[in-house]
Amino acid sequence: MSYLATTIGRKQIVGICGLGLSLFILVHMLGNLLVFVSPQAYNEYGYLLTSNKLIYIAEAGLLAIFLGHVVYTIILSLKNKSARPSKYAVTAKGEKKTSMASKTMIYQGIIILIFIVHHLITFKFGEEYEVQYGEVVMRDLYRLMTEVFAQPLYVAWYVVAVILLGYHLSHGFSSSIKTLGFYHPKHTPKIDMLGWLFSAIVTLGFISQPLFIYLNN
Amino acid sequence: MGGSDNTKINLKLKVWRQKGPNDAGMFQDYDAKDISVNMSFLEMLDVMNEDLISSGQEPIEFDHDCREGICGTCSLVINGEPHGPDRGVTTCQLHMRRFQNGDTVVIEPFRAKAFPIVKDLVVDRSAFDRIIQAGGYISTNTGNAVDANAMPIGKDIADEAFKSAACIGCGACVAACKNASASLFTSAKISHLAYVPQGQAEKSERAFNMVVQMDEEAFGACTNTGACSAACPKEISLENIAIMNREFAKASGKRRK
Repeated sequence: MSYLATTIGRKQIVGICGLGLSLFILVHMLGNLLVFVSPQAYNEYGYLLTSNKLIYIAEAGLLAIFLGHVVYTIILSLKNKSARPSKYAVTAKGEKKTSMASKTMIYQGIIILIFIVHHLITFKFGEEYEVQYGEVVMRDLYRLMTEVFAQPLYVAWYVVAVILLGYHLSHGFSSSIKTLGFYHPKHTPKIDMLGWLFSAIVTLGFISQPLFIYLNN
Repeated sequence: MGGSDNTKINLKLKVWRQKGPNDAGMFQDYDAKDISVNMSFLEMLDVMNEDLISSGQEPIEFDHDCREGICGTCSLVINGEPHGPDRGVTTCQLHMRRFQNGDTVVIEPFRAKAFPIVKDLVVDRSAFDRIIQAGGYISTNTGNAVDANAMPIGKDIADEAFKSAACIGCGACVAACKNASASLFTSAKISHLAYVPQGQAEKSERAFNMVVQMDEEAFGACTNTGACSAACPKEISLENIAIMNREFAKASGKRRK
């Protein structure tokens, strides 16, 4: 049997891809913070990224780790579901209960997947407004964003989805490290804490922009 | 016996009854009356069975053997918790004083595709035996038992190996896991032998083969929920699973070369 045909091999791929995606969303969140600097800074950052030909390689890489994470997770989840065909009548409530975040990872993932597709349609493949700074004409993503985040329902959905993403990371971050084989009685609690901190920072960062724009309108 | 108390309690039991592997099975209600709080959970079931037999009914089948928490034979999921509500205890060591008069107690078998139900609360855990057969041993002829401490092993390593070796193979980890994963059991066996010098020669093959066998037995994958370790009567640490993940990755790397 090959490494990628085993549950542990697949879990490790899911974990590595998940950590890669975590790094991406951290950078994405930090980039978005330019909203607080100025519309020009935000648009120029977008222009800097998209005007470089290397963006296609980066996007292909991102798509690959995203698919690795999603496809192997689906395969593993189906195996996991089939491993318990008949359910218990009672769920553990006391000291032996399981955390909700760890139990519902796949459902959080499905909603996050829907959010990402919707998010790409709205922004990446959304309205192409233009703006000129000096000589350079570039996409006015800031304008699109202010229009989108003027809708309270969109802001609400965005905030809920981002909180769910943070919830997903609160288990996923430290779980990936364990799956890759790192566990230490002294360091693991610190890594768990780091996972929580990372999730909180990413969540708060992503929430701050739509709220800022909505409330400033 | 000193310290015993004469309190008797009455319980409502909902017990899973299933005639055989292919029967659909269902819960049946029983009244457990005048149960001494000094009884173990299994003794309570013994008393129930005495009543069932004397009234001409089928007794409730359940697994048990040593009744002192070391053999790994007893099982049961009690109110959703494998081996009941207490940590670090097997069902045979769970006492009725843990319950209140009038409580409803739901008793189910360990549920997993890899642990098919034989009858009532008895499940077939031979999948664990096959995982052990895939590599949970050392193939050296050791002759007679050697003197204690004849092989120099650091106290820290001996302690870690012993903690992993404490696994009694009861299957509560599988029963507790939402994925019915056997990762805690398999990893305890892999790390126990990976710690000690006798286990080094086959370390890599062992990790690989035991994981492959575990996958073939219809257990699910680990998602690090920690439910296994919380339910484990021997409180085997999740660290073992990380060790297994690491040893397995190393073994896969070696096989490619």
